[in-house]
Amino acid sequence: MKRRNFVQLAGLGAAGAMTVPSQLMGKNIPVEALLEPGMDVAGKKAMADTALNTARSLGSTYADVRLGRYLNQYVFTREDKVQNVVNTESFGMGIRVIANGTWGFASTTNVTPDGIKKATEQAVAIAKANSKIQKEPVKLAPVKGYGEVSWKTPIKKDFKDVPVSDKVDLLLSANAKAMENGANFVNSALFMVNEQKYFASTEGSYIDQDIHRIWPTFGVTAIDREKGKFKSRQALSAPMGMGYEYMDGTEAEKMSGPGNIKLYRNSYDIVEDATMAAQQAKEMLDAKSVEPGKYDLVLEPNHLGLTIHESVGHPLELDRVLGYEANYAGTSFATLDKWKSKDFQYGSDIVNLVADKTQLGSLGAVGYDDEGVACKKWDLVRDGILVNYQAIRDQVHMIDQNESHGCCYSQSWNDVQFQRMPNVSLEPGTEQYSVNDMIKDVEKGIYIAGRGSYSIDQQRYNFQFGGTVFYEIKDGKIGPMLNDVAYQSNTQEFWNSCAKICDESDYRLFGSFFDGKGQPSQISAVSHGSSTSRFNGVNVINTGRTI
Amino acid sequence: MAIYSKEEAKQILEKALSFSTADTCEINLNGSESGNIRYARNTVSTAGHRSNQNMTVQCSYGKKSGVATIDEFDDASLEKVVKRAEELARLSPENPEFMEPLGPQEYLDSNTYSESTSKITPEFRAKVASSSIEPAAAKDVTAAGFLNDSAGFAAMINSKGLFAYNESTRLNFTVTMRSNDGTGSGWVTRDFNDVDKFNPEEASAIAIDKALQSRNAKAIEPGKYTVILEPAASSQLLGNMAGSFNARRADEGRSFMSKEGGGTKLGEKIVDERVQLWSDPQHPDVPSAPWAGDGQARKKMKWLDNGVVKNLFYSRYWAKEKGVDPVVFPSNLIMGGGDASLDDLIKDTRKGILVTRLWYIRTVDPQTLLYTGLTRDGTFFIENGKIKHPVKNFRFNESPIIMLNNLETLGQQVRVNGNLIPYMKVRDFTFTSLSDAV
Repeated sequence: MKRRNFVQLAGLGAAGAMTVPSQLMGKNIPVEALLEPGMDVAGKKAMADTALNTARSLGSTYADVRLGRYLNQYVFTREDKVQNVVNTESFGMGIRVIANGTWGFASTTNVTPDGIKKATEQAVAIAKANSKIQKEPVKLAPVKGYGEVSWKTPIKKDFKDVPVSDKVDLLLSANAKAMENGANFVNSALFMVNEQKYFASTEGSYIDQDIHRIWPTFGVTAIDREKGKFKSRQALSAPMGMGYEYMDGTEAEKMSGPGNIKLYRNSYDIVEDATMAAQQAKEMLDAKSVEPGKYDLVLEPNHLGLTIHESVGHPLELDRVLGYEANYAGTSFATLDKWKSKDFQYGSDIVNLVADKTQLGSLGAVGYDDEGVACKKWDLVRDGILVNYQAIRDQVHMIDQNESHGCCYSQSWNDVQFQRMPNVSLEPGTEQYSVNDMIKDVEKGIYIAGRGSYSIDQQRYNFQFGGTVFYEIKDGKIGPMLNDVAYQSNTQEFWNSCAKICDESDYRLFGSFFDGKGQPSQISAVSHGSSTSRFNGVNVINTGRTI
Repeated sequence: MAIYSKEEAKQILEKALSFSTADTCEINLNGSESGNIRYARNTVSTAGHRSNQNMTVQCSYGKKSGVATIDEFDDASLEKVVKRAEELARLSPENPEFMEPLGPQEYLDSNTYSESTSKITPEFRAKVASSSIEPAAAKDVTAAGFLNDSAGFAAMINSKGLFAYNESTRLNFTVTMRSNDGTGSGWVTRDFNDVDKFNPEEASAIAIDKALQSRNAKAIEPGKYTVILEPAASSQLLGNMAGSFNARRADEGRSFMSKEGGGTKLGEKIVDERVQLWSDPQHPDVPSAPWAGDGQARKKMKWLDNGVVKNLFYSRYWAKEKGVDPVVFPSNLIMGGGDASLDDLIKDTRKGILVTRLWYIRTVDPQTLLYTGLTRDGTFFIENGKIKHPVKNFRFNESPIIMLNNLETLGQQVRVNGNLIPYMKVRDFTFTSLSDAV
């Protein structure tokens, strides 16, 4: 595609434009080519063995191979126009080796015995060259060789089988509903991803995986030209590790929220959401501006997910804790001494945060990670206490463990894999307690749904979050919409103010499709589940300004 | 080798164009060689090299257009990619905003290429890492840094007779230095087209000094303060502000640049009259390509003149709708400065805060261009013309428009990420809370 057609997607971001990471691009292909089967498993194994044997013969003590075919389809529309339909394919092999106790990595698009041998030689040469300045030799946690195995995202409808015209029609219907209901502008998009990746390593694993993700989203804008004001309402969808069935809008997966809002679990009705969005964007133009002060916040899962992502997911990445990310994303307040003390109160005693690479429907769910470790679920915070981090094979020995957590990922065959955030979720409350029950118990509060502006410091102490929609809660009743709301807190203080969590019936996933980390930066997709939760006495600021 | 000379590129592009029978055809050809080194915990963590070449073909029939790409340039591949773009064009819906390719253009001379940068070796990168790590280790400080360099070319041709070519090189360097007691942190950023201007020892020494000087910061109350913003601290806020100079969004009523009652703020004074903001592809300190990806010529263009909005960007489509000339999106930003050095600015400050950088900047309200983020890697309290002590980091909530209305003094300009930005002293900058982060 032309770069200029694809850089800034005005109106889609939570606040202004959204930029699609350039890493997501591949070669443009005709839509039919998405359905081509690609190389068969025997062919993949033969190619992988070429790399592994070459690496062994050159003195590597370990090698792994990722043969990847990444298929993407994106559809962009605004109002009654299709802006772009993009189909891309990226195919190649990445080879990672350990030689002289040092990592080396190289990749190639030339997936032939010759091309693979050359790339493997390059990876070994890089490892040997870097070993001269290496001060910490690589130490890998043991992993089982799984033999020849496979895993697939359990989808019901493959996006590749659904005609583009159906997708375009669906987005244009949603846009039309938004315009009918008073929107001045609407941008909508569908992102669909299929990672077909084959992993093999000298540990004896040959793993074939077929992974699907989908993200429908939009931004609806209402304008008051006289006052020179505009307000946008973003979609309340979540990106999911599902097939096109997510777009079915199944009634059983819909939920009604406070303030007459509609919320979605494992199925999304984009036409209904766009209708509501237009009505709400208009309402926002005249909504009252929040009085700053302390409020009890009632946070909906599609909002709370981003707070979990930033204040729990990132600070518990072991590479950040150890300083490997110091020059970019930063380090972490959750230092090893706090974890070793076994009594660091990360949150109140009802707070249980789990890492999980197996959760169905989530963006992070795979059978095996990108270094061939079978995925699992583990505790990060139990009864409010910090109990573990997220770590991969070459890191776990640093926290006295001998089993990788299975959360190694690379965005492409072209980039080296490293530790990435698994799904990190807040467990629901154990007693029966609904959102309505929660609101009844709040005297002075604000209900916040959907993601908004977010910012957090480089050690993950101080954060500020906005949201998509805000409603006042007064004396146990939901009130009118509010504007100009953002809350500021400190991670530990915030999670210790968690007073109540709704039960499992309210549990839903939030997702981040383009989470960035590393230098050069790589993206990954990750989900965060929770039920609506209450946080007491949080500082709310008013973000309105007059210029 | 992924870098073609002007003649080689033209030959490949002409060959490809010869296969097209569509109404229009436009072809872009790009190639680059880039290398990087990353280090942390005073040791190298990763190093890499990437070679990249790509051709993008856009063909059209009427207002229907299709795009195909390829990375092999033998005759058969060239024919295949052009035919694929033509097929996709026939199948695609009409795009009412489609614009036909431009005819031949006049371009300014380019000075974006440096021979020295194109010859950077892995050994040079390792030496840069050592020039951070060794002095850091000697002072009980830990270095984490990243160096990326690239050399590349961009060329294009179209069926209306346009041909363009540019070669460029670039080097980007950042390093974070943290004191081993965990209480101090410093940072520095450098970027150049020409590696001969890069002094990694000097850059690393600044970051080490900031790490040592920022140890054991004191907490002071958040509120409105006079600040001295280093160019690296203000550049992103200024870039975000410049991003709002989009005519279409302003005309549509959904931008800071939209006016009450309709229309735009073009011609209005929006910031202090000392603020001059422009772009110039030929500026010797921040050269950029003299043409944009669709072949439009880049030239010197004023955005703010004495605080007044002089131009907004108009895409070719929007310019046609509005009956004006297109204004191409800029490739660099230059803000006029003054003679004052950082030391002069500090000496002249009775009470204020020196900010090394602002980080995690996100939009809070697009209506007022309100942004939030935090100070990082060296924040210092100034009293009676001297740096008194380091202070804990702050979260800010501020609009670059308010910031540029509260301008006190403009200092010397520094290159930051391809832009030229002055040191700035600004009164009443809004810090809303404290952060414990180091």
